[in-house]
Amino acid sequence: MPPRRHFLFLLSLGLVAGIACFSSGFDPYYLDLLIMVGVNIILAVSLNLISGHTGQFSLGHAGFMAIGAYLSTLVTVFWSDSLLASANEKLAGFAASPWGQNLLFLLALLTGGLCAAFAGLVVGGPSLRLRGDYLALVTLGFGEIVRVTFQNTETFGGALGMYGLPDHTSFFWVYATVACTLFVIGNLTDSTWGRGFAATRDDEIAAASIGINPTRYKIIAFVVGAFFAGVAGALFAHFKMTIVPTGFDFTRSIEIVVMVILGGMGNTRGVILAAILLTLLPEFLRPIAQYRMVLYALLLIVLMILRPQGLFNFRFSRKKSA
Amino acid sequence: MEQILQQLLNGISLGAIYALIALGYTMVYGVLRFINFAHADVFMVGAFLAFFLGQNLPANSIASTILVLLAAMTGCALLGTLIERLAYRPLRSAPTLNVLITAIGVSLLLEYSGQLFLGANPRTFPPVYPSAQLTLGGVILSGNQLLVIGVTAALVLLLQLVIYQTKIGAAMRAVSLNPDAARLVGINVNAVIAFTFALGSALAGAGGVLYAINYPSIDPLMGLMPGLKAFVCAILGGIGNIPGAALGGLILGLVETFVGGSEASTWKDAVAFGLLILILLFRPAGLLGKPLPEKV
Repeated sequence: MPPRRHFLFLLSLGLVAGIACFSSGFDPYYLDLLIMVGVNIILAVSLNLISGHTGQFSLGHAGFMAIGAYLSTLVTVFWSDSLLASANEKLAGFAASPWGQNLLFLLALLTGGLCAAFAGLVVGGPSLRLRGDYLALVTLGFGEIVRVTFQNTETFGGALGMYGLPDHTSFFWVYATVACTLFVIGNLTDSTWGRGFAATRDDEIAAASIGINPTRYKIIAFVVGAFFAGVAGALFAHFKMTIVPTGFDFTRSIEIVVMVILGGMGNTRGVILAAILLTLLPEFLRPIAQYRMVLYALLLIVLMILRPQGLFNFRFSRKKSA
Repeated sequence: MEQILQQLLNGISLGAIYALIALGYTMVYGVLRFINFAHADVFMVGAFLAFFLGQNLPANSIASTILVLLAAMTGCALLGTLIERLAYRPLRSAPTLNVLITAIGVSLLLEYSGQLFLGANPRTFPPVYPSAQLTLGGVILSGNQLLVIGVTAALVLLLQLVIYQTKIGAAMRAVSLNPDAARLVGINVNAVIAFTFALGSALAGAGGVLYAINYPSIDPLMGLMPGLKAFVCAILGGIGNIPGAALGGLILGLVETFVGGSEASTWKDAVAFGLLILILLFRPAGLLGKPLPEKV
C-alpha cells in the first residue's frame, strides 16, 4: 500500500524534526547511542537490499561505508575551508552561517553516497557474473583494497586517518536519513524492481528464462545499497569526528552481515530490530565485557544451526531446494 | 642480481607457508563446496600449541622442532574434526550461505576465545629451531627458510600420495566429484569429510608452526591476514585443485615479497586482493582449474 508508506514517511520526518527540537536536552550518552543505532540501521537495511532481497552475499559493505566517510570530507573539510577563506565576503559569510553549514553537510552526504554508489557500479558491473562464495570473496577483496587505498592516500591522513572533522551529525540528520532509507528501499522492494530482485534471489536461471536480466537487478541492488552505505559512512564520520582506515576493515563488514542474518534475510523489520539489538547489546553486556565477543560468536553459530531464518522472522520459512 | 635471488628465496619460503594453508581450504572446498573461514584460526591454534609445548622443550634442537610440529598437527587435526562435527555437520543440507556464516562464527569464536584465555598481547615464540645461515655466493639461505621449504615440500608430496595412492584418497576424490553417487557405492561420506578436515587442519597446524618460527610473534588474531591471503592462493590456483593451491601459494609469496621490497611496499596487502579480483574476473576457475559448464 504505497499511500500508507508515503504517509508514514511524512509522519516520521515530522516526528524526527519534532523530537530533534528537544534533543539538546537528552543525556549525551543516550544521544550518542541513539545516533549509532540510526547509523547501523541504515547500514543493515542497505545491506539487506543486496543480501536479503537480491540474495548476493557481500562482505565489503564497510568498503562502501569508508568511501562515503572519506569522500564526504571533500565537501565538509576541503571545500568548506576554501569557501570560508574565499575573497567573496557574501559567499564566505553564507558558508559560515548555520544554513550554509547544513547545506554543505547535505551536499557532503550526497557526495559520499554517490561516490559509494559509483564504486558499487564499478565493482558490481564486472563481478556480479560470479555467484555465492566467489562474489563474497570479490567484495571482501574490494573492501580490503579500499582500506589499503585510503591508508596510502596522504590527502586523507594516510594510516593515521583524519581528525577534527566538523561535528555535523545530529539526531535530526541521522533519523531523517533513516526515514529516507526505509522509504526508498521499501518502495523499491515493493515495486516491479522488487519482483526482479526476488526472482534473482530465488532462482537466477529461471528468472533469466522468463526474460528477467539477473545481472541488471544485481547491479541496481548493489548501487542503491552502496549509496546508502556511503551516506551512513558520511554520517558516521561527522559523528565520531575522526576516521581511521582500520575502522572500516573486514570485521566491520562482518558486523553488518550479522545484523542482516540475525534479523532474517529480506525481512526489513527484523533487520531493523537486529541493528538496534546488536548496537545496544554491547552496552548491556558491559559488566561481562570480556565474554561479550565470545558470546556473540557462539550466538551466531547456534542461530545458524537452530534458527537459520533469523531471530525475528516469524513467517513460515521458505523451503529451499539444495 | 644477488638481491633478486635473495628476494626469490624469501618469496618462495613465504609462498610455502601460504601453500600449506591454502591446501586445507582447497580440500574442504573440494568435498563440501564452502569456504571454511575458521581454517585461518586453526592455523593460529597450531602456532599456540607449538608455543606452549616449545617453552618446555630444549631450545635450538631439531628433535624438539619435529616434536612441536607433530604435536601441533595432531592437535589441529582434532580441532578440525571437532569443528566439523559440531558446527558444520548439522548444516549438511542447509544452503551454502548458512554454512558460510557458521564458518565465520566459528572463526570469531576461536579468535575471541583466544583473546579471552590467552590474552590479546603478542607473545614471543620460543627459539625451538636452531638458527643457522648458509651463504651461497652472496645469497643468504637461513635455516628457517630451509625448514619451511623442506617441510612444505615433504607434506605436499605426502598429501599427493594420500590422495592418489590410498583407498581413503580415492574416496575423497569420489566425494568431491559427486557426494550422492559416492554414498550409493558405499562410501561413508561423513567419515571422508571428517578425514578431509583432519588432514587440512593438520596442514594448517604445520603452517602455523612454520610461520611462528619465521615470524616469532604470535597473537590470537595472527591468522586473519595469512588466512585471507592463503584463500586468495587457493582461488588463484583453482579451488579444489591441490597442485593449484601450491602453485597459487608460490605465486602470491613471490609477488608479495617483490612488491614488499619495492617502493610500493605499503600496497602489499592490496596487491593480493587485486590479484584475486583479476583472476576471478578473467579466469574464475583458477590457473589450473577446469571451467565447469553451468547445469540447469
